[in-house]
Amino acid sequence: MSFIPGQPVTAVVQRIEIRKLQHGEHLILGFSIGGGIDQDPGQNPFSEDKSDKGIYVTRVTPGGPAEVAGLMMGDKVMQVNGWDMTMVTHDQARKRLTKKDEDIVRLLVTRKSLEQAVRHSMM
Amino acid sequence: MDTESTYSGYSYYSGRSRGSHRHGERSRDHHKSRSKDGSRSEKSVTINAPPAEPLLGDSSVLGEEVQDDNWGETTTAVTGTSEHSLSQEDIVRITKDLEDSVGLDCRRYFTLTLAVVLGLLVFLTPLAFLALPHLLWPDKLLVCGTACEGLFISVAFKLLILLLAVWALFFRAPRAGLPRVFVFRALLAVLVLLFVVSYWLFYGVRILDSQDENYQGIVQYAVSLVDALLFIHYLAIVLLELRQLQPAFSVCVTRSTDGETRHYNLGQLSIQRAALAIIENYYRDFSVHNPALLTASKSRAAKHLAGLKVYNVDGEFPATPATGPGNNAATGVAHSQSRAMIAAAARRRDTSHNELYYEEAEHERRVRKRKARLVVAVEEAFTHIKRMQEEEQKKAPGDVMDPREAAQAIFPSMARSLQKYLRTTRQQHCHSMESIQQHLAFCITNNMTPKAFLESYLTPGPTLQYGRERWLARQWTLVSEASVTSGLKEGAIFLLKCIDFSLVVTAKRIPYIQLSEEFIDPKSHKFVLRLQSETSV
Repeated sequence: MSFIPGQPVTAVVQRIEIRKLQHGEHLILGFSIGGGIDQDPGQNPFSEDKSDKGIYVTRVTPGGPAEVAGLMMGDKVMQVNGWDMTMVTHDQARKRLTKKDEDIVRLLVTRKSLEQAVRHSMM
Repeated sequence: MDTESTYSGYSYYSGRSRGSHRHGERSRDHHKSRSKDGSRSEKSVTINAPPAEPLLGDSSVLGEEVQDDNWGETTTAVTGTSEHSLSQEDIVRITKDLEDSVGLDCRRYFTLTLAVVLGLLVFLTPLAFLALPHLLWPDKLLVCGTACEGLFISVAFKLLILLLAVWALFFRAPRAGLPRVFVFRALLAVLVLLFVVSYWLFYGVRILDSQDENYQGIVQYAVSLVDALLFIHYLAIVLLELRQLQPAFSVCVTRSTDGETRHYNLGQLSIQRAALAIIENYYRDFSVHNPALLTASKSRAAKHLAGLKVYNVDGEFPATPATGPGNNAATGVAHSQSRAMIAAAARRRDTSHNELYYEEAEHERRVRKRKARLVVAVEEAFTHIKRMQEEEQKKAPGDVMDPREAAQAIFPSMARSLQKYLRTTRQQHCHSMESIQQHLAFCITNNMTPKAFLESYLTPGPTLQYGRERWLARQWTLVSEASVTSGLKEGAIFLLKCIDFSLVVTAKRIPYIQLSEEFIDPKSHKFVLRLQSETSV
């Protein structure tokens, strides 16, 4: 999922809708993210291209809302509620996902198996 | 071309060193062997001097390392002569000795007289140039003006400087005798001779014959001669002293008996001068040669050699691999025999390396134990001695001792442990009781700690530290395939042999170094923090 600077990024994405769960006084989604343009992309275990500074899902709590919605570990988050996630800092990503007045987040995520599935189905 | 020099310290090998290695008291310095015979004759062994005093006197009661009193029976020495009769070999050897020593002195005096004659010729020539016109045609000469007289002073001082410089460079006591002539000096001498002769020729033809009246010209001619001689002296300094200072070769020197290796950087030298530099460094850097340390490996080698015998039982070994239709039965037999021996030897080696391992571990443990006892004993002995201050010396003249007496007083308490330690590390023949006491007195005088006193016994030092009899060879033989006056080259190999061992020297050229520059702006050192955080949402 490497990108050419200046060119639009194309990817096969899956639309995932997660309903936030009330946990104590917070609303949680049930997964953890890593990455961001201010982070070190070389340490990302899930990316193919080690210069990819996108936001990746590093952990999914079992039984949480994200797992129920179909999010998997290693997915790259491309959009959250329409906001782009490919060129954001780690903190901006966290803020976009944890807005207090939103109950539902609609993510566009991509993973390698999606692309393979599309290719298979086209053949 | 194999060049071996004429006088060699040649090696007498006696079977003693292999047969009985237990008695350390007997050492090689008792051999006064001065054979100049090039061929190794193992036939006669002469023992001239009585043994030195045994180390530390109280060597009668010992543990493992028993002094072998039966050494006479256990040595294997084949004697061709008895102590008092002269054989034909001895006569030949003695006459060769005389010839060689006379030859050597003759050569040294010959070169010295030649050098002195040349020096006198060179020194007196300008004076002759100046004096001869006054002697031969004094009336025709023009009067010498001020400029001319000024030149006299210049000639005088330049000659003085030349005299001192030549003395400093050429006429000092030589520190070594080299086998072949020193090529650069010979060339310089020839150059100077030619130069002076050509000046004389010119002088004789143009000035003496025609009886030139221009005295100033003659004086200037003499001044030019002295200037040119000073320049030749400058050339001599560059050739003889400066050229070899810049390192060009790295030589690797290995001692053949125990493999101790050092590396030195030398400049562009001839092989004989390089050998001289290496020998001087040998006396400083290499630890003293201790033949007692090599006996263990020799006994192991002897055990390997006394190995297996192959008996041919059936007359022919049928189990030879078929290498082809033309298989030769004889080579098949030889192959299988050697294979059988190698296989059996390989099986045998399994036990001997095991023995070596345990023996070495045991030896190591023993050495450490003895060393610990020794260190404690010496420290305790040193606490009994205290230096008296100046004021105390006047006040209490009780039991006042000078360093030698103080050393003798505390020596007995450490003597036993020191002796045991030296025996375990097989150094007892390197140190006599007298030398140990002297060293102790020296350490006491200079306020050294017990550790400093022990240092010379715990590690074997360089050869020069020990007495003269341990220096073992002041006569070295240079063995080289290339001519010894040729320069060092890449891959040159030569040997420096002395009686007990030889030094193998290999030369390699120092590589040409291409150094380039990179400039780093001090403001360019900037850093970023690389994080990888994970947030749960």
